[in-house]
Order: sequence, then structure tokens, then C-alpha cells
Amino acid sequence: MSSFSKSPWVIHYDASSCNGCDIEVLACLTPGFDVERLGVINTGNPKHADIFLVTGAVNEQCREVIRNIYDQMPHPKVVVAVGACASSGGIFADCYNVAGGVDSVIPVDVYVPGCAARPEAIIDAVVQAVAILERKRKEMDAETVSKEVA
Amino acid sequence: MARTVIPFGPQHPVLPEPVHLDLVIEDEKVVEARPSIGFIHRGLEKLAEKKDYNEFLFVAERICGICSAIHGQTYCQAVETLMNVSVPPRAVYLRTIWGELSRIHSHLLWLGLMADGMGFENLFMHSWRIRERVLNIIEATTGARVIFGVCKVGGVRRDIEPDAIPGILAELDSIEKDMRDVTKVFLNDKSVKARLCGVGVVSKQEAWDLGAVGPMLRASGVAQDMRTLGYAAFSDIPVVPITRTEGDCYARCAVRCEELFQSVEIIRQAFNRIPPGEIAIKVTGNPAGETITRTEQPRGEVVYHLKANGTKHLQRFRVRTPTFANLPVMLKILPGCDLADVPMIVLTIDPCISCTER
Repeated sequence: MSSFSKSPWVIHYDASSCNGCDIEVLACLTPGFDVERLGVINTGNPKHADIFLVTGAVNEQCREVIRNIYDQMPHPKVVVAVGACASSGGIFADCYNVAGGVDSVIPVDVYVPGCAARPEAIIDAVVQAVAILERKRKEMDAETVSKEVA
Repeated sequence: MARTVIPFGPQHPVLPEPVHLDLVIEDEKVVEARPSIGFIHRGLEKLAEKKDYNEFLFVAERICGICSAIHGQTYCQAVETLMNVSVPPRAVYLRTIWGELSRIHSHLLWLGLMADGMGFENLFMHSWRIRERVLNIIEATTGARVIFGVCKVGGVRRDIEPDAIPGILAELDSIEKDMRDVTKVFLNDKSVKARLCGVGVVSKQEAWDLGAVGPMLRASGVAQDMRTLGYAAFSDIPVVPITRTEGDCYARCAVRCEELFQSVEIIRQAFNRIPPGEIAIKVTGNPAGETITRTEQPRGEVVYHLKANGTKHLQRFRVRTPTFANLPVMLKILPGCDLADVPMIVLTIDPCISCTER
């Protein structure tokens, strides 16, 4: 078991969401759900983060910011699209300023349904994200070993 | 000392939502603040052309996830005015109850975020712990936590059964006791006072001239609260606006603390007086005409302008949200403050960017 499954660090960014999913992401970290007791830490620094929680339908001005945060995160990394808007554009899909789901900008690993997404669903997504992180890390290790052998 | 520009946001630890400020700094003093917004602009007003007036209610509720209930209520009131529909009294009371519950959850959320902003983690967690209890009541009565969509044109979608009311009132009593404990810290703690007293002062005249609304305006001594207009059940339940005179960050915090208990009292009275009967009436036809509707959000006065021409789509939908009205005051008080006080000043206007940018 590596440090990821013990303590994944998450970063949250609001890509033109209505706040509903954002306050639910925060609710996960506060008493009632309190995932911090399980080692999940919310960080403001992309370079410290393993899991990227994005909420909201992506608008034109947010595209660059999301790309920027994603690029700054170290490998391996997992992206979680939180809520209907982040998954597909949701109710705002037809708006003139909305590009669509988060997967129109960066690759997404886990999709969370709901409007607003419930804390239980977000926690479940983080658990799935940890498993994906583990897999990605093993793949990276295997690549390093095969390079060393060659 | 040469001038330096420090960017604040869009992704910043004290901001749950993206907004960007370029702070021009001389030494440690802010001399100018230049905002750039648009990170949450979705253009949802234009969606009124694509979704009919009943579907658009769901968009109105998603202008903002924190003030969702009152957005839904205001939209319904506006459409009902256009269609000359009178809502059953029980529905009006239920709207008031859910509106005030969401005001309590919004104020507790804000108190927590502000405690987090000043580095008082313990207080942050306690505020949000109490907020979860309020959300439990909301979830038990509506089925959802933050965006609960109970309003509809012509009434509400759900009823609160009479035998559930004593349990809710007992839980409210216990929540009130918890809130007394936590607001005591906000109002009396030495380190909280050191961060808030005398910071970001707005005079009564300035607040009025720059068009501030809500707790921001009331903290500077202007007794303005849209609930005194008597919409919904406020015609039967009188509301006396809570004011302070200092106009600083502490006063804004104190006004919101007081409003928590005011809302609890309103909910109690509403449950005492709630009449039996229908919770919705059938609405047929399409809206026509033009109207302006004002209600009091947790953050202040919200203004809806609706224009319809008798088709199922609205012609024009426009919202002036409270944070939009409060931004000019924020830009006025930022110059002259210390760099370290910027997060406090920005937070005490209770910015709701997704409301502002729609």
C-alpha cells in the first residue's frame, strides 16, 4: 500500500459552477462527513495535489485556468468531474458561453452524477480515484523498470 | 517604495469561487484594486429563449447553489404576478420556512468561511457542524440538501406534515443553542475582534450612495430589508431589520450573527400560524406583461425583471443580484487597507460570484 491510498491530497476548482457542488465538496471536508479523518487533505497548491476535483460547466475563461492547474499537478494524477455540469454541461449545456463538460478540456477519470452532487457520491468518487491513482503509479513504476533493464 | 502588483485569484485558498483582483501595493498598503470577472459567466439569462417558463425555474434555482431556494421563490413570485395567480396561503408559509432555513444555512456557511479566512479552523468546523444539522432538516422536508427545488409556479411541490412539526421545532431549539455558543466566539473572542474591528469601514452615506444592499448596508446603519415589503408570509410576520452603526468587518459579522436568530424566530412563528389547505394550484396559460420583483436573499436585495409576450418562452429575463450591488463598495474600501486584510474585506461582503456573473 502506497502513500496514495493512505492519504490522497485533493485540489478543488470551480469552473463556472453554481456553487451547489462546491459547497458539497467543502461539506465533505467538514464535520458530518469529515474525510480528513481518512487522510484526504484539501490543498490550494496544484503541485501538492493527486486528485483534481472540478465542478461546473467549463466556460471560455476557465478553459485556460483548468489546463494550467492540470499541467502543474505531478504525475500520476486523477481528474474527477463533480456534478452534472462538470460531466456534460448539465442544465447550462445550451448556454452561449459554455464549452461543455470538463472532458472537453482535460481527460476525466471519474464522473460524479447529481445536481448538486451529494457528499456521499463525491466521497465514493474519491475512493475510486485512489484506486485509479494506484494503477497509474504501478504503470509508471513498470515503465521505469523496463527502461532501466533496457 | 515602488508600486507592486499582486494578483489575487482566480484560484485562491480563501475563495471557494474564482474571481480575480489585481492589487496595486505600496509597501504593505493597497492603493488600488482592479477586478476582472467572468470566470463563472454562463449566460443563463439567454436560456430563457430556449426553455419554457416552467423549465426555466430550474435554471433560476441554479443561478446560485447557496441562495437557490430564494431564487426559485423570487422567480415563481414574478411569474405569478404576470399570470395573476394567487398562491394558496399554506404554500406561501412553506416558501417562507424554507427560505429562512436556507438563510440560516447560508449565514453559517459564511461564518465558517470567514473563520477559515482568518485562520480560525476550529470555529470554521463548528459553524459547518451546525450547518449540517440545518441541512438535515432541509433534506428531511424536501429530499435534497442544497438545491432542493420545492417551489413551482402556483405553489410548492411538497408539504410538511403536521406531525413532523414538533420534531423540527425541537431540533431548531437545539440548533439555536449551538448557534448561541458559536456566535459568542465570533462576537467576543479577542483574536476575532483584532482581525475585524475597524477594518474596511464604510460610512452610512457611502454605503447608501454606492448602492450597497443586505447585511453590508445594514451594518453601516441603514435599516433596509426587503422582507419589510411583506412578500410571502412576511405580511403576517413582521421583520425588523437588524442594524449596526460601525460599518466595519465586525459589524457585518455581527449583523449576520443576529440574523441567524431572527430567522429561527420567523420559522417558529410561521410554524405556529401555518394554515391548513392546498399547497399548489393548477396554472394554465402563458405569462404576459412586464414585472419587477424584489426579495431579500441572505446576501441582500435581489431584483428580477421579467418580460413576457403570451408565449411559453419569456422575452427577457434579468437579475440584479446582491453581490453585484456590493462590489462597488468593496472596491471603494480596499484602497488604504493592509494587504493582509484583503481576504477579510473581500469575505465580509459575502461574495457570491456565480450570482453576480450568472
